[in-house]
Amino acid sequence: MVIFEQLNDINLTDDYIKHQYEPILPKKDEWPVVKLSKSRKEFIQQVVESSVGNIKGLTGNQLQALKEGLEITLFKERMRIKQNSWAVDPDDEMEFWAEVKAALLALDSDQQIEDEKKKQQYFEVLTRITKRYAEEIASNFKHSHYKLTKRFVSFGFSRLLNTSRAKGFKSIFSNRYRLQDKIQIIGETDQIRELASKGTIVMVPTHFSNLDSILIGWTISTLGLPPFIYGAGLNLFNIQIFAYFMNALGAYKVDRRKKNQVYLETLKTYSREAIQFGCHSLFFPGGTRSRSGNIESKVKLGLLSTAIEAQRANYQKGETESGKVFIVPVAINYHFVLEAPSLIKEHLNSTGQERYYSESDEFSTSYKISKFLVKFFTKGSDISVSIGKAMDILGNYVDAEGNSRDAHGRSIDCKDYFMVDEKVNVDLQREEEYSKKLGKRIVEEFHKINRVFSSHLVAFTAFRLLKRENNKLDLFSLLRLPEEDLFLPYDTFKEACGLVLARIQQLREEGAVHMAPHMNAGLEEIIQHGLQNVGMYHAKRPLKKNEVGNIVTEDISLLYYYHNRLDGYELEKII
Amino acid sequence: MDMNWKKSSENKPIGVIGIGSFGTAISNLLAEKNNVLVYARDEAVVEAINKTHMVKNRKLASSIRATTDPELICDSCNVMFPMIPSSAFREVMKRFAPYLHPYHFLIHGTKGLSLNLPEGKDLGNIKKIQRKNICTMSEVIMDETVVERIGCLAGPNLAKELLENQPGATVIASRYNEVIREGQQLLRSDNFQVYGNSDIIGVELSGVLKNIIAIASGALSGLGLGDNAKGLLISRGMVELVYLGKAMGGSTKSFLGLAGVGDLVTTCNSTLSRNYTLGFRLAKGEKLTDIVADMEEVAEGVNTVKLIKLFLESTDLRAPITENLYKVLFEDLKVEAALQYLMKFPIYTDIDFFD
Repeated sequence: MVIFEQLNDINLTDDYIKHQYEPILPKKDEWPVVKLSKSRKEFIQQVVESSVGNIKGLTGNQLQALKEGLEITLFKERMRIKQNSWAVDPDDEMEFWAEVKAALLALDSDQQIEDEKKKQQYFEVLTRITKRYAEEIASNFKHSHYKLTKRFVSFGFSRLLNTSRAKGFKSIFSNRYRLQDKIQIIGETDQIRELASKGTIVMVPTHFSNLDSILIGWTISTLGLPPFIYGAGLNLFNIQIFAYFMNALGAYKVDRRKKNQVYLETLKTYSREAIQFGCHSLFFPGGTRSRSGNIESKVKLGLLSTAIEAQRANYQKGETESGKVFIVPVAINYHFVLEAPSLIKEHLNSTGQERYYSESDEFSTSYKISKFLVKFFTKGSDISVSIGKAMDILGNYVDAEGNSRDAHGRSIDCKDYFMVDEKVNVDLQREEEYSKKLGKRIVEEFHKINRVFSSHLVAFTAFRLLKRENNKLDLFSLLRLPEEDLFLPYDTFKEACGLVLARIQQLREEGAVHMAPHMNAGLEEIIQHGLQNVGMYHAKRPLKKNEVGNIVTEDISLLYYYHNRLDGYELEKII
Repeated sequence: MDMNWKKSSENKPIGVIGIGSFGTAISNLLAEKNNVLVYARDEAVVEAINKTHMVKNRKLASSIRATTDPELICDSCNVMFPMIPSSAFREVMKRFAPYLHPYHFLIHGTKGLSLNLPEGKDLGNIKKIQRKNICTMSEVIMDETVVERIGCLAGPNLAKELLENQPGATVIASRYNEVIREGQQLLRSDNFQVYGNSDIIGVELSGVLKNIIAIASGALSGLGLGDNAKGLLISRGMVELVYLGKAMGGSTKSFLGLAGVGDLVTTCNSTLSRNYTLGFRLAKGEKLTDIVADMEEVAEGVNTVKLIKLFLESTDLRAPITENLYKVLFEDLKVEAALQYLMKFPIYTDIDFFD
């Protein structure tokens, strides 16, 4: 263990340089998110108008379509309230929807008024609903909370860190270790800082753990960037400690239970208008945490398309200089994902259909989370946050000045993607295709900036070997085998690790993946490091060396989960 | 020539890149409603078009102009139709790339494939040819240029019949509805119907893969075989086309459309088809090199057979017609022997790709 702590410390500088980043906008009044919260009322009004306008377009401004749309929304909302209500839901929900119902009924039975007037009244009902949604979605950014949270996270955590690393009680005041030793921020950090003052950043990270939001929040503030707004699942606001963090970080609320068109339209409009406003934004493009442990291979296009729409709208307004939207992929790497046991269980249970899921236990109360955080920061399990190269909304890389470049380095005017006959025009089908394309590019970048850890290597190799030994079994039968029966002789395991490592090194040469500095040690050491770290806090360890020196697992589903991290690199062709 | 085209945004001309027989036919169709500007590499060809409105003894509409300058045509046109053989396609796109922008629409009409190997690799030293190493023309455009709004033309479009203004139809495939609409608006006329399809890869592959079957069909006729044999070939060829096409990323539906079945039936029965003619002459005992040297324009099928054969080696797919045709073309297998083999090939299910 001692060896490895040293190893970590010594090798940190491989491709990681610890910087002190100055804030790019020292005055908080200049922060877009502060400006937004100051004009919250006007902003919400604008979101409402714009969503109502969009729905008008979607229903073809037809009375019947509008009426049906509202009735379906009402029906879905009443079902949700009945079947799936949460602590965070407002008290007057029943009342509000009862009023909507009454209004719709009255309109439906009224034979007297003419159609045009009736439509007007339906629009009024629509506007009321949209306004309610927009108010609910809108973030409650408070600068004082933000400051406090920031201090709490940095100060609190680095105290904990120092206590454990530098031995002895007095060390609680030591400054030898800082959070940045524990959480390594690597990659295109200078570029994102540069571009944040040239346009609007849309950050798109991989998503494995509920911890990600806090981690990204901390990363953003460490890089000296003003706060980003982002859509956090409303379920997280059920838990007080999260609610506090989320509000402080400028989170707006996304309610995944509400799948009606009016809600989805309002949500997308909110996101789009905020980007147009110049607010840097954060989406987890996978939608939810990766259940399988795989890096996202598909992304949700809904929110992503708002980045494209915002970019087009900026060009329509004629803003070419400051109005550019930059997409920045981010990959987060852990040795250990707290929720792994329940995530993989859900993944294996799911039939591939979208369903409601119950939130996992680990993050259900503030107490459990605090306990985890203490554990996390007092023991050594490093995390890295890799900032990818910035791209434009079509997935072309942009240079230091924010200009899009094609594969041959030629400059591209992004506006041209929206031009027909020398004019910017709106074509939703086109933008849908652009979203798909951007989604694919993000997935590609995730795989490239992903940073392989020793724990990923050992988990991948061990699971592949077990699968090979039982090649007659399908996945589910393999996962049902009793763990006692599964073991790998160390030498076989080591040899296979060597093969996989060699391929990973080759992939890194090709620029297809990154490796953590601790992966430069000797094979034996890497394996030992990996075994120590893989899923280290789980009650049942996914992988360990037993007394006789064999490699064994205590939970093969967990092993499968950690193995999945290296899926998508065709490494299975090696072993 | 009329340089005002470049300036005004109204009535920009439509570009046609390459002026072989199909390029000529499309130029004339386009010229019914639009100004047309043609790109050709050869100075003499351009001069002939501008002065005598002729290209290789084919008549061009008198309003059509030509240039050798890629920059000029890219600046003058927003919509262009690349109509070049697959062997030259990538090179031409590279030459055009510096002048192309994301506002351009490119609708190509090339029914061939292009090999794309990593640097330093060639067919001699690469182990496996994967799908990503074999590009359709829309994929070449994506690789080499920043143009995003890409379409393709496919279907039974024998150039000679189009030039005679006979009734016909084509498919325009693109992921972008606006490209399909634009293409339809430009090409549709009383005698020419234009269908749309969003599965561009499927439609491109239809046009590409049917050439294999067309060669085989020509060979059957060359052997003097009758219509039963041809019916057999076309339907088994169709099955092979669907399997290959699906494995390469197309959708079954597209292969059953005008660009698939429609084009297949046409080419397999037409002496106007280059691929059919090539097969016919092979069966008559001529050497491939002699036939190729003798033809005015390329029969894309030959290259397609070669690339698909390589691709098959990296998969566990079987494509008996393509495999045997490969042996006939490149390994001196007699057409008769190939036919014998096919008759014995152990497949007895008629259709199983709808499962």
